Amino acid sequence: MSGKTLYDKIWDAHVVAEDGGEAILYIDLHLIHEVTTPQAFAGLRSAGRGVRRPDRTLAVADHNIPTEGQDLGTAGITDPEAKLQLETLGRNTKAAGIEYFGMGDIRNGIVHVVGPEQGRTQPGMTIVCGDSHTSTHGAFGALAHGIGTSEVEHVLATQTLRQKKSKNMRVTFTGAPAPGVGAKDYALAMIGEIGTGGGTGYVIEYAGEAIETLSMEGRMTLCNMTIEGGARAGLVAPDQITADYLRGRPATPKGAAFDMAASYWKTFFTDADARFDREVVINVSKLVPTVTWGTSPEDVIAVTDVVPDPAAIADETRRLSAQKALDYMGLTAGQKITDAKVDVVFIGSCTNSRIEDLREAAGVVQHAFVHGRMVAPHVRAMVVPGSGLVREQAEAEGLDAMFKAAGFEWREPGCSMCLGMNPDKLTPGQRCASTSNRNFEGRQGPGGRTHLMSPAMAAAAAIAGHIADVREFL
Amino acid sequence: MQAFTRLDSRAAPLNQTNIDTDQIIPARFLKTVEREGLGKGLFHAFRYDENGAERTDFVLNRPEYKGTSILVAGDNFGCGSSREHAPWALMDFGIRCVIAPSFADIFNNNCFNNGLLPIVLPVDQVNALMDEAKGGNHVFTVDLESQTVTAPSGKSYGFDIDPGRKEKLLKGLDAIGETLQHAGDIDVFESKRAIGQPWLEQA
Repeated sequence: MSGKTLYDKIWDAHVVAEDGGEAILYIDLHLIHEVTTPQAFAGLRSAGRGVRRPDRTLAVADHNIPTEGQDLGTAGITDPEAKLQLETLGRNTKAAGIEYFGMGDIRNGIVHVVGPEQGRTQPGMTIVCGDSHTSTHGAFGALAHGIGTSEVEHVLATQTLRQKKSKNMRVTFTGAPAPGVGAKDYALAMIGEIGTGGGTGYVIEYAGEAIETLSMEGRMTLCNMTIEGGARAGLVAPDQITADYLRGRPATPKGAAFDMAASYWKTFFTDADARFDREVVINVSKLVPTVTWGTSPEDVIAVTDVVPDPAAIADETRRLSAQKALDYMGLTAGQKITDAKVDVVFIGSCTNSRIEDLREAAGVVQHAFVHGRMVAPHVRAMVVPGSGLVREQAEAEGLDAMFKAAGFEWREPGCSMCLGMNPDKLTPGQRCASTSNRNFEGRQGPGGRTHLMSPAMAAAAAIAGHIADVREFL
Repeated sequence: MQAFTRLDSRAAPLNQTNIDTDQIIPARFLKTVEREGLGKGLFHAFRYDENGAERTDFVLNRPEYKGTSILVAGDNFGCGSSREHAPWALMDFGIRCVIAPSFADIFNNNCFNNGLLPIVLPVDQVNALMDEAKGGNHVFTVDLESQTVTAPSGKSYGFDIDPGRKEKLLKGLDAIGETLQHAGDIDVFESKRAIGQPWLEQA
C-alpha cells in the first residue's frame, strides 16, 4: 500500500462522517467578508438556525471598501449598496458574536492577507471562505479553498462542509530562479503549462527546492494563483520557514502550546512512497519574467516574446476565443509585448500586497529613482497595501516615502482595483499592468485591459510607461 | 432549494471556452444582500454595449432564444470567482441547465446547491448539440431521472451524475438539514479535537 499525500493526511484528520457519497469535513477556520455572506445569514435566520462556532469565524471588510478615507468608517461610503452590504456584515457579526475587523481598524485588510498575518491560518487546518482565492492559505500546509454562499451558510450552521475528495497533483519546481524571477512567474508559468482548467478536480501540492527556499509571501502568491489553474486548493508542506513566520502572531499559540502545535504541524508532509494522479515539473532556472497577453490567466508569454497569432491554433473554439481576446486587449499578433503602453499600474490584491511584495516593487522604484527616473507622466500608478498592518510596516521602513516621491499613489488597504466593485476601477480601453490574479474581460472595470505580472515587473512598467523587462531595472 | 426533474426548452449555443464568473455576472452587480434580481446583470458585457444598448447579435438577445432555459457552452464554464451570484443570475434569468465539456469546481458545486443542473458531455457531443441549437425553433429535453439529453433530432445523449447529488436535486433537499442529522458526530469530533489540539480552543 502506498503512503499518503499531505492532502490525504489533512483530509483524513477532518472527516466527521460519510453521508450519501460525500464526506462531512470539519472546518477549523471560516473567514468571511461583506460580499458573499448577507444571503447566508439571511438563510440562517429564515430557518431559525444559529452560528455553531463564532470563535472559529473571523470577518473583514475588503471587497467593497474605498482605499481612502477609511477612518470615517461606513459613513464615508457614498455607494449605498456597498454601504448596506458592509453595515449588514457589521450587524450579522455582532448578533452572532463573530470577531469583525471593520473599516479603519488597523488589523483590517484583504481577508487572505489578514488570516495569515494574525496567525489565524495554521498548518494542518481546514480553512474556507466565500472567495476563490482562499487557496492562498495552502501556503501554510492548510487545506483551504473557496466556497459559495450556500456553503458559507452550511459552515456557519454546522462548522462542516460536505465534500467529495479531489485527486492529487504535484507540481515540482526545480532549480533556482534568475534575478527578476519569482513566485508570480512560477504561478503564471504553471498556469500556462496546465491551462486554466488543468487543475480542475485536483488539489495541487507544490514541492521542490525552489519551494523549500521560498518565503511565506512567495508561497502565498503561488497558492493564491492555484485557482487560476482550476484547482481549488494548493498546498506547501509546513517547515521551519512556516513556523518562524507564525511565531509571535496574535492568534498563534504561545509558550508550551506553540511547541505542542509545532510538533503537530510537523506531521503534515507527503510520504516518500505516496502516489500522485498527475505530476508536473517546472525548472525555474529556465523562467524569465512572465506577463499575460490575453483575457485568461493561461494566456502567458515571456516579457521578451511577441503576442501570439490565433491563426496558429487548430481548434476552432479556441482560435475564436484567442482572437476575441486579442481584439478586446487591443493588441496585434506578432507585436512585441513590451510595446504595449500602459495607462495604469496596480500594485496590490490578495496575490501581491504583502510586505515582501511592496519591498520588491520599492526596490525597482528606488533603483530607477536614483537614476533620475519617475513614474511615466501618462501613467496612474497606485500601491495598495494588503492590510493596515502591512501599510504600517511599509511606512516604518520608508517604502511609502519612496513610492510617493517617485509618483505613486499610496493608498489604504482593500481589494481595490483587483475586481472593479469599489471606486478603484479602470475606465473602458485603459491598459493596466497589474499584480492581481485575473485578466478576465471587465475584471478591473468594464472595458479595462489587464496584464498580470509580478510586483517588480509592475513597478518597471510604471517607470517605463509600457510593459517592460524588469531585468533592465536591476 | 428548487427540485430539478425534467426540462423541455429551447437551448442557446454559447460557443466560447473559459466563460468566467466575471462574464456571467460582473462584480459591480454583487453589491446586493438578496439572491433575487441578479438576472439583469447576467452576461452584461455580452448583452449590452458600453452605452447600455442591447447587442442584437448576442444569442440570448435574439428573439428566437427568448425564454430559453438551457445553455450549451465551451470548456471550463464558470471558472474564476466563487461567487454564487453566477448561478443565482442564471436562475433569475430562467436558465436551469448548462451543458459543457467541463465546469470549474466551485461553480459546479454552487449549481448543485441551487437546483441548476450542470451536465458534462464529451466535446464532440457538445459540438453536435451546439449545432442542433442553432436556430431557435426546437425543443431539447433534459431528463434527470433517466440522465439523458434529447436533442431536437431525436438523438439522445446519456450523462453521468453523482447518485447523491442526483437524489438531492430530484427531491430539492436541504443540505444543512441533512448534515444536522449528524450533529452528534460533530460534537464527538469537536471534543476529540479539543484534547488533541487544545491551542485551537484559545482563539
